[in-house]
Amino acid sequence: MSPYPFHYHRAHTLAEAVTLLAQLGGEGQLLAGGQSLIPLMKLRLARPGALVDLNFVPGLSAIDEHSGEIRMGAMARHAALEDSELVARVPILHDCAAGIADSQVRNMGTIGGSVAEADPSGDWVAVLLTLGAQVRCTGPQGERIMPVSDFVTDAYTTMLGPAEIVQEIRVKLPPAKSGGAFIAFKRCASVYASASAAVQLTLGDGDICRDIHIALGCVGLTAVVPIAAQDALRGKPVSAKSIENAADAAMAAAEPQSDMRGSADYKRVLVRAVVKRAIDIAARRARGERVEAGHEYVARV
Amino acid sequence: MSLAFDKVPLQLTVNGKPCAVEVEPRTLLVELIREQLNLTGTHVGCDTTYCGACTVLLNGRNVKSCTVLAVQADGSDVRTVEGLATEGKLHPVQEAYAANHGLQCGFCTPGLLMSTVRLLEKHPKPSDQQIRKAIAGNTCRCTGYQNILKAIRAAAAAGK
Repeated sequence: MSPYPFHYHRAHTLAEAVTLLAQLGGEGQLLAGGQSLIPLMKLRLARPGALVDLNFVPGLSAIDEHSGEIRMGAMARHAALEDSELVARVPILHDCAAGIADSQVRNMGTIGGSVAEADPSGDWVAVLLTLGAQVRCTGPQGERIMPVSDFVTDAYTTMLGPAEIVQEIRVKLPPAKSGGAFIAFKRCASVYASASAAVQLTLGDGDICRDIHIALGCVGLTAVVPIAAQDALRGKPVSAKSIENAADAAMAAAEPQSDMRGSADYKRVLVRAVVKRAIDIAARRARGERVEAGHEYVARV
Repeated sequence: MSLAFDKVPLQLTVNGKPCAVEVEPRTLLVELIREQLNLTGTHVGCDTTYCGACTVLLNGRNVKSCTVLAVQADGSDVRTVEGLATEGKLHPVQEAYAANHGLQCGFCTPGLLMSTVRLLEKHPKPSDQQIRKAIAGNTCRCTGYQNILKAIRAAAAAGK
């Protein structure tokens, strides 16, 4: 399968990429890792008249610590994030990076591309929501930075202007006694998850849940933040009962659609299961335990 | 819209040899490899980023060459299955697949070999979990994978 023909522009700096996009008007689209865009173009569901290639812009894939934040360049590949010791300090980020699709896709796909695409089944947005991540963008009017919760406005829709580019994702290093976990359930490695849950919580004295952020992936037009589920735990002891209550509330907040990945009813049950597991692991990690989490397949690895 | 699009000149290293080509922007890396460079060992299976038959190494990392534009590989080091054997002698990973019956029809094998080479370069003594994760993006419809796992364990034990 071949994409429709298109013009190719290689950017060498971020400023050049912004200028090219502005000159091309609606014709131009950015090429990051291409792991979603190229399949869409091959299926001819996407037909950009021109691509502006970000793969040759130096410095866009840096992963650094700065002012108590992890700063991940938009072109940081999932595999680079998976292998980063800095990223591993926030286990929920590593959970996500290490299990997206398969090793081949992780070697090309980028965090900036994933966030900018805002696919309702993408993994990163749900995870970044629980960490209050910031998205730094550059466009013809200069730079701006906004929380990921503002950045993604709808399915495949973001605040990005026509010639604006995601430059960096920033995540604050969580405080002491904070733990997170991402559980995504999928049919096999190479596909999107059927449902996922991201949980970041902070414990206080006596195993009380001081703060909690939950986001659900794949079960709404954007990642769903189940407010009632967070309320079921915030300020309460983390117990089997409170986790159960939160999972039930999360299930009620999910808005899944029936598709080839399963019926809506099946996905609701799945949401309850992944939320329960993610809260449990997040709490254990907050207590200092080393527990594995991440993507799980029907055939377990 | 005109279909006459400028060709893009690329310089790559393919299996150790420098190579200069010109491609249409829409050319996929696998098309460049198979149709312009005539290296037909790399297979196109699903053509939809699923099966991994088209896996090659791009700067040492395994990628699905049906889902990489040739222009993205400019300046890169590309390694295909043809680059594994040296002087008529099979690569140890190829030897291990042959000795352990890690293939039946062989269609997925070029991709699996490349993912295995990448795995063992990253983790010379991989755990079973690391092996399974490393080849999760390579689909085999014949073997049921058990002999592939045996082959990879054997290749690791042989020190390659």
